[in-house]
Amino acid sequence: MTGALTKADLAELLYEELGFNKREAKELVEVFFEEIRTALECNEQVKLSGFGNFDLRDKSQRPGRNPKTGEEIPISARRVVTFRPGQKLKARVEAYAGTKSQ
Amino acid sequence: MTKSELIERISERQDQLSSKDVELAVKLILEYMSKMLASGDRIEVRGFGSFSLHYREPRVGRNPKTGDPVELEGKYVPHFKPGKEMRDRVNESI
Repeated sequence: MTGALTKADLAELLYEELGFNKREAKELVEVFFEEIRTALECNEQVKLSGFGNFDLRDKSQRPGRNPKTGEEIPISARRVVTFRPGQKLKARVEAYAGTKSQ
Repeated sequence: MTKSELIERISERQDQLSSKDVELAVKLILEYMSKMLASGDRIEVRGFGSFSLHYREPRVGRNPKTGDPVELEGKYVPHFKPGKEMRDRVNESI
């Protein structure tokens, strides 16, 4: 196991496969994630066909508890990001399960 | 925002790269991320989030048309956990 894929690996990929210079590659990877975050921050759904959708869900306030003390504290209303993988990504990942169990 | 809108928005912020280059880069990044997940690797992007696989146990499902039981094998599904900066920025927009 070589460890998780990071932004540095993606920049390396753009450098090797597309001939971007190192600075361009690093910047592009940075802007790629930043534009997705900015859209989500503006309450805009992000749909990347073949990969998946980033959706936003508004959660209302609900009762919670401090797990250490048992004290009741309300969990405030919040907006959260959820990811729904697309059909193509799901199918590719399921194929991995098949190879692993054999 | 769709993939082509993402490509446009990135292109607007890039003066050295052509929009064709940006398009190739976006497609390559997504393809590579899919490939890594499909081979069981994790993806970790600080401030954005991490992608990993979650295992779903084998179960008996039903054919929705006939109601007949169907044995479903265990499988892996992609999972995304938003990072702290992502959670905070999205939540501040309420």
